[in-house]
Amino acid sequence: MAEGAVSPELARVTSRWAVEGGHTIDGYRASGSYAGYESIRAALDLSPDQVSGMVKDATVLGRGGAGFPAGVKWGFCPPGVWPRYLVVNGDESEPGTYKDRILMERDPHQLIEGCLIAAYAIGAAQVFLYVRGEMAHAQERIAAALNEAYAAGLVGKNILGTDFSVDIVLHWGAGAYIVGEETALIESLEGNRGMPRLKPPFFPAAKGLYMAPTFVNNVETQANLPWLVAHGVDAYRSVGTEASPGTRLIALSGHVNTPGVFEVPQGTTTFRELFEAEHYGGGIRDGHELKMFIPGGASAPWFFPEQVDLPLEGRVVGGEGSMLGSGAVVVMDETTDAVRACLRVVRFFARESCGKCAPCREGTTWEEKILQRILDGHGRPSDIDLLLDVADNISPGPYPTAAHPGAGLEAVPFPPRQTTICPLGPSSVAPITSAIRRFRHEFEAKITKRDSIPVAAAPAQGDH
Amino acid sequence: MARLTPANEQLARSIVARYPVPKSATIPLCHLAQEQDGHLTDDAMAHIAELVGCTAAEVLGTASFYEMFKRHETGTYCVNVCTNISCQLLGGEELLEHAERTLGVRAGGTTADGMFTLEDVECIAACTEAPALQVNYRYFHRISTEDFDQLVDDLRSGRLSDEVPPHGTLGKVRQEIPADKVANITPPEEQTEPVWIARHRQAAEGGAS
Repeated sequence: MAEGAVSPELARVTSRWAVEGGHTIDGYRASGSYAGYESIRAALDLSPDQVSGMVKDATVLGRGGAGFPAGVKWGFCPPGVWPRYLVVNGDESEPGTYKDRILMERDPHQLIEGCLIAAYAIGAAQVFLYVRGEMAHAQERIAAALNEAYAAGLVGKNILGTDFSVDIVLHWGAGAYIVGEETALIESLEGNRGMPRLKPPFFPAAKGLYMAPTFVNNVETQANLPWLVAHGVDAYRSVGTEASPGTRLIALSGHVNTPGVFEVPQGTTTFRELFEAEHYGGGIRDGHELKMFIPGGASAPWFFPEQVDLPLEGRVVGGEGSMLGSGAVVVMDETTDAVRACLRVVRFFARESCGKCAPCREGTTWEEKILQRILDGHGRPSDIDLLLDVADNISPGPYPTAAHPGAGLEAVPFPPRQTTICPLGPSSVAPITSAIRRFRHEFEAKITKRDSIPVAAAPAQGDH
Repeated sequence: MARLTPANEQLARSIVARYPVPKSATIPLCHLAQEQDGHLTDDAMAHIAELVGCTAAEVLGTASFYEMFKRHETGTYCVNVCTNISCQLLGGEELLEHAERTLGVRAGGTTADGMFTLEDVECIAACTEAPALQVNYRYFHRISTEDFDQLVDDLRSGRLSDEVPPHGTLGKVRQEIPADKVANITPPEEQTEPVWIARHRQAAEGGAS
């Protein structure tokens, strides 16, 4: 696997990935792009409002999927209401996403220091690190790091001899994708089934864990804070774009020669560079050609060769009909069967639906059944429209999709509408509308032809 | 069918003490019980209910939501083959088929000797290492059919017993919070404005007046 940043200047959260022993407290202090545990020391000399101000001024965007600015999220907390809790979302499960696990395994102290900085700024009574259950190694690394940090007086009572005190508790998940949704995560942390809560309130900053104001931030978001405090707002904003400053981690998988997790400047790298550059993907595998790609995890509508020159910038990708989501880019070459790929992604949502909202619980199941029978050769001519109809009940259209210039179709911008509490159900529609809009002929051939047609690249001309 | 052993009950109480509200410890305690017995038994759930202050039905209600809790006996090794999109693109489904043939069970089944339970799982966050699988939540990357057969041999012969603990053992390292280092774990209703926040607020108010 290729990995990390192209140059040391760009290595903000990945600076210890290749360092032997970088996961220990001594390694954390002695290596990397800033001095470990000096940032919390510096933050403690500032007021909590000044630290919050830095996060807001730097525009630290949330790295979990929605891309919402963390500083603004912190501002939704009602003033004077205590306690407040900080919950770090390490339940990374979006298919294709593979960055928080590496951050937790290789640089757990960076995450802990990020938590301390955030807890100080927002006045958290306690921090919970919610780590996905299947990530045994990440849990071991974080547990060991927390034990070291407690022993060193960096976590717990009177941190660094000041009046700042906070406990950080490692919490194990137990296998449920939906728990990545922040209100479901809070339910899970309360010891319940991980089902999203009814909105409003839209943000747990108003009412969250134990109905107290709660900030739920992604692992990568927290991991950026020590670097930010060490180097300042201007340095943070020196790479990336005005709206999306800084770097972010992109997991590139699928049909490229050198898949990997890369730290790239936000907004300035294009998908083409990501796929083709030697220091990133190294080209579509073995001379094959690009058929389609998922730009931001399984929940994102698909992109096609026409979109490769777009930058990895949340707003641009959103306007073009998809999302950058959790930074997971999945590349599919012309050997990929669009129906089979579509079914696999839909099956994921059908399996992971928590069952709370009927349109999702029933709809994702029907989507899977219909796609399975099409793939098995038992499809009916009406199945394509039936699929779109079921999908429309979960997410009333028009559903976000990429432009298809060959067919004269324009992009429908993100996000989708929803008849459900959370975006899981609507996400299941992404592969369906993406695949049918572009590869309807592959679906039709599986339904009507005796011999299936060869799988092929995206046609330049529309087949609508 | 077993309740938690005295040693594990003590450990369980220390885990409960880490949460402002005891019921939050439900999932960690289910993991502890599964580590003890290999799966989650009814007696253990009843014991957990006593420890976190709810009913056994509520513990079951929570546990049954989560994929990792097994309420029946599993093999010593849970072999979880990922077939989600990134792995599918590079042969995850074919790897699962091969695993089914090699082990002689369908996904979800356990071999007659009680050694292996095979599962078809969702994304395990090793997408750049496809096709990937986990054995008792330990990773194995870029697995060919030959690699798979070798892995099965190694597990059967015990050559991997250091790297792969029996099913149920999650982290070999546990978090421990020394009693004298605990900052402030009390129920939410007993919490007030943190001292450092109050100090800065008072300083700002003092400066303003």
